[in-house]
Amino acid sequence: MNDAAEKSPAASTSILTVSDLCTVFPTEEGLVTTVDAVSFSLKAGETLAVVGESGSGKTMTFLSVLRLVPPPGRVMGGEVWFDGTNIAALPEQQMREIRGAGIAMVFQDPLTALNPVFTIGDQMIEVFRAHTTMNRRQARARAIEVLERVHIPSPVQRIDDYPHQLSGGMRQRVLIAMAIALRPKVLIADEPTTALDVTVQAQILELLAELRSELGMGMVLITHDLGLVAKYADRVAVMYAGRVVETSPIAQGFGQSRHPYTRSLFRSIPRLDVPADQALTAIEGQPPNLAKLPEGCAFEPRCFLGNGREDCRRERPLLAPTDTGLHLSACPHWPNLPESEADA
Amino acid sequence: MSEPLLRIEGLSKTFRDRHWFAGFRGAGVRAVDCVSFSLAAGETLGLVGETGSGKSTLGRLVLRLVEPSAGQIFFNGEDITALSQRQVRRLRQQIQMVFQDPYGSLDPRMSVGAIVAEPMLVHGLWHEDRDQRVLDVMGQVGLQPEHRSRYPHEFSGGQRQRIGIARAMALQPKLLVLDEPVSALDVSIQAQIINLLRELQQQADLGFLFIAHDLAVVRHVSDRVAVMYLGEIVETGPRDALYEVPMHPYTVSLLSAVPVPNVHRERGRDRVVLHGEIGSATDLPSGCRFHPRCYKARLKAASPGIETVERNGERLPNVCVQHQPGPVTADGGHVAICHFPELGADRSQTAVRAVEFSTGVS
Repeated sequence: MNDAAEKSPAASTSILTVSDLCTVFPTEEGLVTTVDAVSFSLKAGETLAVVGESGSGKTMTFLSVLRLVPPPGRVMGGEVWFDGTNIAALPEQQMREIRGAGIAMVFQDPLTALNPVFTIGDQMIEVFRAHTTMNRRQARARAIEVLERVHIPSPVQRIDDYPHQLSGGMRQRVLIAMAIALRPKVLIADEPTTALDVTVQAQILELLAELRSELGMGMVLITHDLGLVAKYADRVAVMYAGRVVETSPIAQGFGQSRHPYTRSLFRSIPRLDVPADQALTAIEGQPPNLAKLPEGCAFEPRCFLGNGREDCRRERPLLAPTDTGLHLSACPHWPNLPESEADA
Repeated sequence: MSEPLLRIEGLSKTFRDRHWFAGFRGAGVRAVDCVSFSLAAGETLGLVGETGSGKSTLGRLVLRLVEPSAGQIFFNGEDITALSQRQVRRLRQQIQMVFQDPYGSLDPRMSVGAIVAEPMLVHGLWHEDRDQRVLDVMGQVGLQPEHRSRYPHEFSGGQRQRIGIARAMALQPKLLVLDEPVSALDVSIQAQIINLLRELQQQADLGFLFIAHDLAVVRHVSDRVAVMYLGEIVETGPRDALYEVPMHPYTVSLLSAVPVPNVHRERGRDRVVLHGEIGSATDLPSGCRFHPRCYKARLKAASPGIETVERNGERLPNVCVQHQPGPVTADGGHVAICHFPELGADRSQTAVRAVEFSTGVS
């Protein structure tokens, strides 16, 4: 969020404050900025949803926070305040302690995130052995407790299973168990249910919500599903072409978007709660090529609002407060958006 | 009544686990179990279900990519179940498929022009005007003429799916089997492809068998919908009836699980949380296949006058556990396979609320 610069991050109540985070990748087409001056903050017990399409930089933002950007990419600048420390400047040794114990991440595909040649018990025991002084037996007992915590039936037997013996939903529960094993203060869930069926999705998200309030964690939910955002998030940040283009509290801002990209997203998805014959308004054109971004607003070539406006093409607008200070938009023309129909 | 474009009668597919010397073992996987439906020209039948429900196998059966174990497939009134491989190839001029993964289903070493032209080559329709035909089809799906000499990796996911659709349309088929055609695409691109498919359908009076797990997408594209669970169609009916007055508890549970992007509606909504996960088709539950997860069976077991039995520590109606349910029919060809369908006076509060919250209709 914008106010990060004015206030001392340590004094605010937020558990994670990111300001001006930048990550670049050298490519054949030149240097590509995948995370472009991203700022946000997260309070304890709060869920922040991060919405965007593939390539918008939502996953890369959080890999940058954890300093896990795959080479040749690198974090070029910005601060990441976690629990009073700027972890962007920590030595790698200390950073390793933060990962898992301070900030943990659950990945999208539970099959590739687990090692197929070790039992889930081996992999969970590893977590405790790496971060605590427990011996194997203690670690195993704790692992069973945590599996029980994520509602895996008969964990005493299940702990010796290999990942392929579990269903997709069960594997995702194991990954969540590993992520919360060390009671982190922040949990980042990256598309945690995209690979799962809708009935299992509901079970996993209920579990995450339950763990969040029980452990008082701050949670980041990376998703492209606006329905999940409506159900589970307290605040939402919308990303496009590496930048946050809109952020608002759910209660006031969701469905009353103040950015044309978010508006277009709402109008392009088939939804159950509108008449079935209502036509979908596709967003024309293709997602942006980060190596060849226009000089002005990255969404301008696909925008129904700006289309051809001189200032949109000339300079890239920054995130700024709209009529309420909590609702920020990177579109200076937001007052020209039509009355919102989305939440009617 | 005239013969529909596609008619399926009692179609089944059992995959058997073949041991290397002991011959057949066990009962096998009943991936598709006695399925019947029909599809008219210009109509879209949406097929929804979870992973493992057999919906993709059913799609492949229609194309004879998988050989059926039992049942019959009629295309334009002709029984195509027993056609030889040579005859099947001729049939595939009229039935084509679009796959989920547009990248995996396109040969990376072939240019777009070659990919679109290949079906014509294979089927011996290699006329002088083939170049024009390739350009026509590419234009139909919104590709530019200059894309012709490019390769699949140069395109984004949405563009690749257009190439896959162009290939399927090259032979001017009558029926398209679309297996999760938009689920790998970004949300902003999904709408482009859905709108494109609708246009193509209207131009050529195509029949679509649209297989997907996303209930909102299926509702948007379909005229009629069939819901599959463990190899069986448990409910089928006209789109609006199925979404607004779902009869099968499984359909109710699915609708209830879909979050809608509306804060006021989402907060304070009670979901029908399904018990457990979809079972395995190797070890089907006795009686009704859905009984281990069914909320309605549990509601019924608690009401007076229902004979119950104990299963896995829970009381369930005897009839659900012991007997396979038969079809129950409502208006407009709306059918559910259930002992206690959500119908008339028997409609539970759970069903009423689930529908009210997901579609806004009560």
